[in-house]
Amino acid sequence: MASEGAAAAAARTKLSVRNLNFYYGKFHALKNVNLDIPERKVTAFIGPSGCGKSTLLRVFNRMYALYPEQRAEGEVKIEGENLLTTKDDVALIRARIGMIFQKPTPFPISIYDNIAFGVKLFERLPRGAMDERVEWALRKAALWNEVKSKLGQSGTSLSGGQQQRLCIARGIAIRPEVILFDEPCSALDPISTAKIEELIEELKADYTVAIVTHNMQQAARVSDFTAYMYLGEMIEFGETDQIFVKPRKKETEDYITGRFG
Amino acid sequence: MATGDHISKQYDQQLEDMRSRVLQMGGLVESQLRAALDAFENVDIEAAQAVVDADKRVNEQEVELDRMVNHLIARRQPTAGDLRMITGVSKATTDLERAGDEATKIARAAKWLRDKGGGYRMNRIPDIRGSGNIASNMLRGALDAFARMDVLAAASIIRDDQGVDDRFKAILRQLITFMMEDARTISAAIDTIWVAKAIERIGDHAKNIAETVIFIAEGTDVRHVSVDELPRAPDGQA
Repeated sequence: MASEGAAAAAARTKLSVRNLNFYYGKFHALKNVNLDIPERKVTAFIGPSGCGKSTLLRVFNRMYALYPEQRAEGEVKIEGENLLTTKDDVALIRARIGMIFQKPTPFPISIYDNIAFGVKLFERLPRGAMDERVEWALRKAALWNEVKSKLGQSGTSLSGGQQQRLCIARGIAIRPEVILFDEPCSALDPISTAKIEELIEELKADYTVAIVTHNMQQAARVSDFTAYMYLGEMIEFGETDQIFVKPRKKETEDYITGRFG
Repeated sequence: MATGDHISKQYDQQLEDMRSRVLQMGGLVESQLRAALDAFENVDIEAAQAVVDADKRVNEQEVELDRMVNHLIARRQPTAGDLRMITGVSKATTDLERAGDEATKIARAAKWLRDKGGGYRMNRIPDIRGSGNIASNMLRGALDAFARMDVLAAASIIRDDQGVDDRFKAILRQLITFMMEDARTISAAIDTIWVAKAIERIGDHAKNIAETVIFIAEGTDVRHVSVDELPRAPDGQA
């Protein structure tokens, strides 16, 4: 089936997915997914539990490479290069395509070192330049003012919302092209959630963002494009305005209006 | 448009209550219009007063419907077809309330005519009754189309509006003739022009409701498109 979303064609494509199939052992979890993820826009993935949205996200940065019984077939191209078959070190892929998880995962080291850790894997920076990079990343993540006087404190001493922003700063510090969010606000209170959503709005100026969320109103608030998935298939993809006011497929309408059951 | 029940039965019920109330309000406005046209034609002051008094009930419906709309938006964050239904109801409610006001103006004109004596032939101009019937049928048709979410019926109502506008111009011409023949009729003729205008406005409100039905059912905004671009049945008939 041809990839949907004519409006997405107006934006440049960052990630191009073609005939993607994914298996957990014998279980066919993603079925012939075709999709163009637009550059420097926010694309949200919605759908009921088990629809494959988190699986799809994890294909984008080859998380499945850790598990031998998981395999992907098809193409996921970034700038023309197929991530699934590239000979590049998978860590390099994850430097270009970062992921933020549902539960904040700060390292039990200082706030400064949390950020510097990833940078050091890929770049040799003198102390001054590293300080600048750390500050830049923390500013971008809207966390600098809250932590600038305690960069030596452990990352785990921060509140949940701050920890999540620390993870975002850590992800940005290595200058990725794509940032993947897997239910980033599920564990956070409403105010922290609003701050992260605001941050996502700012991030898209520089990065391509994909976000998996089970909160439809969040998808409606933050995204430019929305993909609805069900039982491993991409049912509908389009501009968020169109999906939430006039969806093309009955399945999409049923899900977003709460007729799903 | 999506059919089928929401997981929340309460939500289903609330939407159904809202829709019923629109139809109730519509029925009330329809009967106000018929009563007002009769009162004007017969210069029946008591009947006219009854219409003026009943406008209060129309306004109460408007207030209640707007309350329901805000409640549903706040509580349910509606999307897609539900969203279009709820915002559509908000618009239709305004059109019905205005139509109710116009009916009240027609009733008031009966009293003015009586107070001025003479000029009783103004109220019996056939085109007044004719255009009054068209507007009344348009209103009935628009409410039917709303009840059934019938896009073709709604498109037909929108086309009918041209007929009401034409009748209004014909009435104006006739009244101008009266006024030129006999200057003593001017005052009553002007009152009658307000009635003709009120009827024309009611036709407009019925058309608006029909446009809203198309938006709710299909998500297409036909408010400022040409008549040729409206939905048609496959055989070309409206």
